[in-house]
Amino acid sequence: MAHKTPSIHFELTDGSLRTVPAKAGVSLMRHALDNGIPGIPADCGGDCACATCHVHVDPGWFSQLPETTQQESDLLDIVDDLCDVSRLSCQIVVTEDMDGLTVKIPEFYV
Amino acid sequence: MNIAANDLLAEHTQRARQMRVEDIDVVDGALYQDGTWMPYFERLRAEDPVHYFENGRFGPNWAITKFEDIMEVEKDWRLFSSDVDWGGVLIWQKAPENRLRSLISSDPPSHSVKRKAVQTVVHPRRLQQMDQLVRERTIKLIEDLPLNETFNWVEKVSIPLTTLTLATIFGFPMEHRHLLTHWSEVAFADLLGDCDTIKTEEDRAVELNKCLETFLELRAERRRTGETDDLLSILTHSEAYRDVDDKELLGNLITLIVGGNETTRNTMSGSVLFLNQFPEEARKLRQNPDLINSMVCESIRFQSPILAFRRTATRDTVLRGKQIKQGDRLVLWYVSGNRDSEIIENPDQFIIDRDDPRKHVSFGGGVHRCVGNRVAEMQLRILWEELLKHDLQVEVVGEPRRPYNLFVHGYTDLPVQVRSLAG
Ligand code: HEM
Ligand code: FES
Repeated sequence: MAHKTPSIHFELTDGSLRTVPAKAGVSLMRHALDNGIPGIPADCGGDCACATCHVHVDPGWFSQLPETTQQESDLLDIVDDLCDVSRLSCQIVVTEDMDGLTVKIPEFYV
Repeated sequence: MNIAANDLLAEHTQRARQMRVEDIDVVDGALYQDGTWMPYFERLRAEDPVHYFENGRFGPNWAITKFEDIMEVEKDWRLFSSDVDWGGVLIWQKAPENRLRSLISSDPPSHSVKRKAVQTVVHPRRLQQMDQLVRERTIKLIEDLPLNETFNWVEKVSIPLTTLTLATIFGFPMEHRHLLTHWSEVAFADLLGDCDTIKTEEDRAVELNKCLETFLELRAERRRTGETDDLLSILTHSEAYRDVDDKELLGNLITLIVGGNETTRNTMSGSVLFLNQFPEEARKLRQNPDLINSMVCESIRFQSPILAFRRTATRDTVLRGKQIKQGDRLVLWYVSGNRDSEIIENPDQFIIDRDDPRKHVSFGGGVHRCVGNRVAEMQLRILWEELLKHDLQVEVVGEPRRPYNLFVHGYTDLPVQVRSLAG
């Protein structure tokens, strides 16, 4: 039986949806970078030190993600476009059960 | 580098290798003026990366010299405070009544509000709108440069360009923009160096008071004219700044003026110097102008325009096995972290096509990470885009001169001649 490849969806600021293959063990930020998703400069390269990898997680998915660390939530306090479902995408490591995870790119760096 | 500069560096290299590591004192403005700091940090990174030195110019402090340690400290503001209540972010220790609070020397939560207010002015969308203006000014300036004639690049290019941008971001009266440059120099001029503008702390206080007075007047005017999208408007109307007292207003002004001016200016000069010192990189750039963006990042790394910022330990802790006590000062030497070979390959080489050109600590990290970094990068990018489009080559024809300073890492003179490569 053909197996559907697990995937992740990025909603861009123009409303369009980009679907990319999910790779377990790789950060969400890396998924964006490796697939040319615009708006995530990720200046610090995933070190939780720059807050330039901010995304808005689909509300249905938000509660299913591992918890935000204090360091991440400190950094979230300085981002523009902060909302209830804000996360730093470098701090979310994609796992097998995240097939279909949907996040929205905020406008700031687009 | 000429022979004298080479000899001096060789002498320091030998000295740095032979002295007892515990005697190394990097809090010495001469090291940065003479360009002889490298071997001392190299030894510290290898043998004593978290280095306590008791009898330095500003008293006991820890020199944090490795990339990863700097980031570890930057990321933990609860343990390593920037707040003026703990002493602020400057290497020297001032009496509490002389400390100026600013966004950079405030811990969260008050920091976040103040930073976000500034962030609206340097929003990437706003910078896109500024691109054309900065480009027009850059073109005008470089088209007017003399060809085949020696002049000081700092004075004729780096200062005017960065001052124009800063005045625009501030909404400062253009005709008085040279005052911004002046205050920026006065704020951190080292009185041990030979500074023309001020000789004493009293002189400094008088000049900075003029800065405050000027902005108080401008603010009063702005109260009458309503909101715009510049810093002056933020300082006047935003909830974060409208009620701050005079001292805090001045503190923020200094942060914004120095942050927005000297750092970018010195990278503009540095980029010219480095491309001369590494001619192969200049050739690469000319062949492939798409490398401008990564060249700009590499210049910011290689220059480390701010030598260091300080933090204060809010409780006892251990860093790389060293026992740090509550109240100890930690100096984060960006200039050294940027040369850490454990993180950056061939760190003493200027390489404009690195895989990860943003991997540097020049902008700091954590909640205080430079909010103006895109403004800096934009100006540098536009300058190089236009120099290349105009087929101009900037040749360094004499020794650069640097200020005696323990905070700003830059140049006072860079003698150059500009050549046209066009047929
Ligand atoms: C190459 C140029 C620049 C360099 C190397 C630089 C470096 C830095 C560093 C090291 C910090 C402190 C980070 C920390 O404490 O962890 C900082 C913060 C800051 N910079 Fe820059 N900067 C540059 C350009 C600018 C520009 C152009 C502006 C203004 C338009 C600016 C405004 C600021 C402000 C306001 C802060 C304080 C941010 C905060 O506390 O949240 N900087 N910068
Ligand atoms: S990439 Fe810097 S915090 Fe995520």
